[in-house]
Amino acid sequence: MKYAASPIPKSVREGKVLVVGVGGLGSPAALALALAGVGTIGLVDSDRVELSNLQRQILHFTPDIGKSKVDSAKEKIQQLNPSITVVTHNEWLHAGNLADVFAAYDFIIDGTDGVATKFLINDGAVLLNKPLSHAGIVRFHGQAFTVLPRQTTCLRCLFPVPPHPDDNPTCQEAGILGSLAGSLGSVQAAEAVKYLGGEGELLTDRLLTYDALASRWREVRVRPSPHCPLCGTQQTITSIRPESYELERLCTML
Amino acid sequence: MSAQVRIPTPLRRFTGGAEAISADGATVGALVDHIESNHPGIKERLCDEAGEVRRFVNIFVNGEDIRFINNLDTPVNEGDEVSIVPAIAGGSG
Repeated sequence: MKYAASPIPKSVREGKVLVVGVGGLGSPAALALALAGVGTIGLVDSDRVELSNLQRQILHFTPDIGKSKVDSAKEKIQQLNPSITVVTHNEWLHAGNLADVFAAYDFIIDGTDGVATKFLINDGAVLLNKPLSHAGIVRFHGQAFTVLPRQTTCLRCLFPVPPHPDDNPTCQEAGILGSLAGSLGSVQAAEAVKYLGGEGELLTDRLLTYDALASRWREVRVRPSPHCPLCGTQQTITSIRPESYELERLCTML
Repeated sequence: MSAQVRIPTPLRRFTGGAEAISADGATVGALVDHIESNHPGIKERLCDEAGEVRRFVNIFVNGEDIRFINNLDTPVNEGDEVSIVPAIAGGSG
């Protein structure tokens, strides 16, 4: 399997992957997708590059400060691989635009920051039947898993309801080790490429955790929950309702 | 029964920074109480007022989610590995 050089499998070359959030996770993920030759990469973000982003958001450089993140990322990606298509969505993903934004893509990578958006993306992916790589990072700790809608464990099987905001630090206050974002973002890109190429074993029904302080990757087994409000036997979430996602952005709920 | 308990980074402020601690208890519930006695404040982060595991925290015994075994009554055997895994929502914007 040579995903860094030709011949790139047709299914990868013609694959379309959406990266939501071009920050700490999304930057390395999009970079790796481009190098693997994924034919179309969609980028969703409404933020502009700030100086404080640069220690971990590896597609953005000092001269990009003030530029939109999707444009900054597209420039670098196209320089690395001019043969692929990069589609920019210079907007924040919300309940109202999710279906339109997701429609053209084969696989979704969640590189966003915040409880509400992560649940929104999970719900949208399951309802629209789009495979998803979920990841979260804070300080020195990250976790990731892959969702095949209605076949494998989704985020709501694991955590049925998003928690309410409390007094915990926001991501900016908590800080993130830059290389941690690179590690987890790269895992997400590998999932997308494997999915498109139809090779290997996806990170489904397993939650991979990485503790950078202890230098330990571990995994725990997770299962689709019969009580899942989204994909269980009594489904109470059958559409995306904007009011369900009005929560504070938090890094961790503990 | 003595088990090795893996503490996620957000809770290590209760364990003096330790990534793993030993704790005793025949069930996960007893184990949590034992951890609380040595590291006061941690139980409130794991369990709600009704004493149930918070819904944004998952606890695994030897890699298996206790919600699919017997929740806090899940038995713990000597040498088991218990992992506490919270939801993490960060992505670094």
